[in-house]
Amino acid sequence: MKYSKGQLYTLVFLRIFIGWHLLYEGFIKLLNPAWSAKAYLENATSFLNSLYAFLASDYLIEIVDTLNVFGLVAIGLSLILGLYSRIATVAGALLLGLYYLAYPPFPWLDIAGPREGNYLFINKNLIEVVALLVLHYFPTDNKFGIQMLIKKSINGRR
Amino acid sequence: MEGDNPKRNKRREILKGLAGIPVVGGAFWSAVSQSNKNQSLKKSILDELNIDESTPNYVNDLGGDLVKIGIIGFGIRGPQLCRAIGYATNSWMKNLEERSKNGTTAQKNSARQQLKAFYEQENLNVKIAGVCDVFDIRADEAVRSFSSDKVKCKRYRHYQDMLASSDIDAVIIATPDHWHAPMAIDALQAGKHVYLEKPMTHNITETYELRNTVRKSKAVFAVGHQHRQTQSFITAQDIIKKNVLGHISLIESNTNRNSDNGAWQYYINPKANPSTIDWGQFLGSAPKIPFNKEHFFRWRKWWAYGSGLSGDLMTHDFDRINCVMNMGLPSAVVSSGGIYTHRDGREVPDVVQVTMDYPHYFQGTSQEKGKVKGMSFLYSATLGNQYNRGTVLMGHDATMELGNSLKIYADPKSTRYKDMLENDMISTEVPMYSYNPKSGGVDGITSATAKYFADKGLLWTYRDGKRIDSTHLHLKEWLNAIKNKSKVSCGIDEGFEEAISAHMAGLSYKIGRKIEWDPTNEKIIALPGEDLDAILLKSEVNDKT
Repeated sequence: MKYSKGQLYTLVFLRIFIGWHLLYEGFIKLLNPAWSAKAYLENATSFLNSLYAFLASDYLIEIVDTLNVFGLVAIGLSLILGLYSRIATVAGALLLGLYYLAYPPFPWLDIAGPREGNYLFINKNLIEVVALLVLHYFPTDNKFGIQMLIKKSINGRR
Repeated sequence: MEGDNPKRNKRREILKGLAGIPVVGGAFWSAVSQSNKNQSLKKSILDELNIDESTPNYVNDLGGDLVKIGIIGFGIRGPQLCRAIGYATNSWMKNLEERSKNGTTAQKNSARQQLKAFYEQENLNVKIAGVCDVFDIRADEAVRSFSSDKVKCKRYRHYQDMLASSDIDAVIIATPDHWHAPMAIDALQAGKHVYLEKPMTHNITETYELRNTVRKSKAVFAVGHQHRQTQSFITAQDIIKKNVLGHISLIESNTNRNSDNGAWQYYINPKANPSTIDWGQFLGSAPKIPFNKEHFFRWRKWWAYGSGLSGDLMTHDFDRINCVMNMGLPSAVVSSGGIYTHRDGREVPDVVQVTMDYPHYFQGTSQEKGKVKGMSFLYSATLGNQYNRGTVLMGHDATMELGNSLKIYADPKSTRYKDMLENDMISTEVPMYSYNPKSGGVDGITSATAKYFADKGLLWTYRDGKRIDSTHLHLKEWLNAIKNKSKVSCGIDEGFEEAISAHMAGLSYKIGRKIEWDPTNEKIIALPGEDLDAILLKSEVNDKT
């Protein structure tokens, strides 16, 4: 895919910014041993709350917490470094989709806790999901990032 | 241009390829420094507060012979107590299994969770060897549910027959209030261990009689205030001991219910009639009246058998605070209220405010000597609204919200935390200490959202992150005391304070004046010629409706 300079750098900035957002969140959770998603999942207001309660159960919560933290770190690293980000964008969209569905901004669902804005159907999680899908369909790894270097060095050897 | 200088192009490519690495480094460095900052702040706050949230270590050997238990009273509480020692009725199991298959999602989850908790409950090495209930339907259900080929649960028609039997080692009493003390006294005299539901007694005289009997008896006596097992209350004891809140001048606790069931309008079984109920035995010391289904099932509404808000619900709150503060009996009690939400012919009030004064209470202070002493405990209840007002302990240095989890907020004018507040180490808006046994960890400073994950009641507590029925733990403590001669957390002295304070509240409501306690003679002060027990038990249906 050919991009203009403006297109390329806008996409790269978007990729790195989302990567930073997820990576920093992952690192903070990783460095806090007491952190657990249990309360967040148990209090899910969604129509899928039985799924979230299942994820929060004693058997699963450790696995869920570990997957979440390492998922955030791996997706963040991939987006920032520009390596396999076509996979990471899908994984990130799925993970953020789960956050979105845990507390979806539907007017008929009760809202637990304070919100920093007013949302109807669309919130920042959902926008970030779509932004990740944009990055999936407009990949930049081969033009900016480690994958580009690898590709060039393979091509160079040929 | 690009082709002109291959060396420069190569360098630019490497830069574009590796540009992400310093970004990753930046994210990691920022996260580490943020996390260290939080950790050291948390550590300095926790070091300053020095709160111990460990669970006391009991001797725990329930091995050896089975303890043969008799259950007296198998209405609402009786079956719950039996479940807490591992015996569920057939109808409870059937009902939950049915709901776990065919209910709504929420019902399924709740049913499965209850069943799971029941199956995972520790085996306490007991058997329910006998049941005594004056209603045939209830007694039959217990016999059917708790008997198997190997084990037989026997029905005793009169509790005295059960007490006379060598097949029973210990009794759990969950009858209407007016039977509590007489049965407990008889049981102890028969050498049986006793677990007695609250309120411990129904009148003043029998409170002393029961205390004397327990003191003379070798059997183990425990009062059923299971919240003493709730982890947050155990932690709160340490918080008070270390005077984290500063001088406490006011404690507020509440009951808020807004349902007919919550207002004691219990289900009336259509099979109830004079041939299925031993009415004479139900009445016991109560005035002799003809058979009355409503009195039988909804006994909490009449002074002859129950004690309304002060006995049924305030006792919970009094003991919750007493187990944390160890403040004992108040010097004086004032109550008021009325029948404002359920004008259905009941005698006991459905809205009540009780103020208990402790002019001598002093736990220590961060302020100058001699400035502070004394506190009030305010209990307030309505059966016509269920807004959760929470329990708050208000000290000069901090306020504690106490439930299944607990939170401590520094007071803006605190003496002790003045420097920490000025240095922005803590804020008055977010708890400086928050304990949620669910998460298995302690948060020095919690996020604003954590505040919203509210308490879910006192039925459950947590041990090592696992959900456990607090009644199970309380009964286990009693059984442990029977086997290992360990102490119970709510014995006769705690029960005495619970009962006397409830009677003082009931008397103040009925007489309409301040009721005082004489600590030297250990007596509630009566005016000349006043028979306090007669006043307490007096029917007053015509006065209040």
